[in-house]
Amino acid sequence: MLALVNYPIDWLEERSGLIGGLRYFLFRNVPSDTNWMQTLGSATLTAFIVQAVTGVILAMYYKPTPGEAYKSIQNITDSLTLGWLVRGMHKWGASVFIILLFLHMGRVFLFGAYKYPRELNWIVGVLLLLMGLLEGFTGYLLPWDQTAYWATVVGINLNGTAPWLGPWLAQFLRGGQEIGADTLTRFYSIHMLLIPGAIIALIVLHLYLVVRLGVTSPPWSKEAAGMERDGQPSRRLRRGLTRPAPRPAGGRD
Amino acid sequence: MEDNETSGGDEPHVPSPTVWPIGFAIGIATLLVGLIVNPLWISTIGAAIAIVFGVLWARAATSELRGRPVEVEPERRDLTATAAPAGAAATAPPAPGETFPRNRFLEGTTLGLGALIGGVLTVPVAGFALLPAFLKQKKFVVDLGSISDYAEGQWYVTTFTVDPTEVEVSRRTAFIRNNGLIATGGKQAPSFTIISNRCVHLGCPVQANGPSGAILGMKTVRPQTPHSAVSAVPSVPAGFGCPCHGGQYDTEGNRTAGPPVRALDRYDYSIANGRLLLTSRYSVSKVDGTGAQAKIHKYKSVGPGEHVDGWEQIFYPLNPPHN
Repeated sequence: MLALVNYPIDWLEERSGLIGGLRYFLFRNVPSDTNWMQTLGSATLTAFIVQAVTGVILAMYYKPTPGEAYKSIQNITDSLTLGWLVRGMHKWGASVFIILLFLHMGRVFLFGAYKYPRELNWIVGVLLLLMGLLEGFTGYLLPWDQTAYWATVVGINLNGTAPWLGPWLAQFLRGGQEIGADTLTRFYSIHMLLIPGAIIALIVLHLYLVVRLGVTSPPWSKEAAGMERDGQPSRRLRRGLTRPAPRPAGGRD
Repeated sequence: MEDNETSGGDEPHVPSPTVWPIGFAIGIATLLVGLIVNPLWISTIGAAIAIVFGVLWARAATSELRGRPVEVEPERRDLTATAAPAGAAATAPPAPGETFPRNRFLEGTTLGLGALIGGVLTVPVAGFALLPAFLKQKKFVVDLGSISDYAEGQWYVTTFTVDPTEVEVSRRTAFIRNNGLIATGGKQAPSFTIISNRCVHLGCPVQANGPSGAILGMKTVRPQTPHSAVSAVPSVPAGFGCPCHGGQYDTEGNRTAGPPVRALDRYDYSIANGRLLLTSRYSVSKVDGTGAQAKIHKYKSVGPGEHVDGWEQIFYPLNPPHN
């Protein structure tokens, strides 16, 4: 019976090494006094996954043309089975995503987890925050009601008042002189293809750096900032930043 | 993998690959087409091609039987042997092996070709992403109806669609007042004040501060026009105000309070066969005087929030093409 489970896993592992990679990714040494606050990053990732999944399904019913956009939103909300729920998850999930981004950022700041050697991950995180805000800006136009239209008019014109390049940026965002069909389709494309792709790439980079550099201890911790993996003394990091891995003979700590 | 050029014995004997059969096939095809089209010339040319490539193919196929050509070592001169004895210690001997190895060459060509292909693909795509927003901007002339639809001295909140293909998305609003006839160059010509309702702070719709005609018992005018559904609601504004951030303007569009940086934009108009035609929008720094006697400080159309006069205009030296 166990062979039924083990055989395919072994088959996959032998040919790809994916199972070992997954174990390396998931089963890492973390400081013993990690805090619930340090789950905010995973919570943000979960919020993004919710946005991605609900967004893909909403895209199956949404029509990004001036004549059809608002009607298709009404159809999703009022007629389609559970459409109100999925649209609600996407709409409120957007706010949850942004709130969690800021909470996670605040946690990293207050824990001092942005310091050496994790500065680059802070920068990647700031880029993720910018991408999240751009998602909010481009997604706000898509319901194509009065709020969406005028909020986007103001948002684009706000960009337009930036010195020198502002007017050019505004005209690029509008896809012309005035908000119209071109603006709606390009915001739709940016909202569901361009920025989500960038966010996924940045998340991969963000997680790679978390795995490589390890999880920080809380500031009140007596432990050093990280822990070495078994048999892998960190060669590239400054001495004293990681403490040695526990010896097998001494049992678990 | 080892180079198998020298392997022998058990390997099945296969002639080395050659491209000549392709030319031979082209020759035969030309010959056959020529039999239909022009036997004298085309078939002769096709036969010539087939013969030339057939001979080359045959030579290639039999090259192993005829034996390899003798490879001659290029002549070399030993540098160290001829170097001056005094300088021999100072100049290092050339490194052994190739000076520009094959793998370096392949690395360079792969990167170079990749960059070339990437560049060739990026230029049109980036151009397509950026240029349509700036080039070939549409120009419109909007027919707002007969001049007589607009009673003299009365303000109308007039809405109209600019682009017949985009219909309601292109609906715009202007505050229009017929100033009556004024004398220009010895002739009497009608004068209109036509103010855009887009706030010059951030582009929200400015409203008329005052009762609309419906309350005062005045009828909305719906002029007959070819394409745009025009409606003109009479109004008695004391000024214009923006609901978004509280910008206030007087009835000539001059800013009186709030964040706007200049006076409200206006529309250029022309009159043809007694009809009022909107042509293009322009920006205004301020207006002196009122109505037909107003002196308008006129500028090229720019976006909301952009200064057209004062020292702040240095922030907006170049504007994208705009009608």
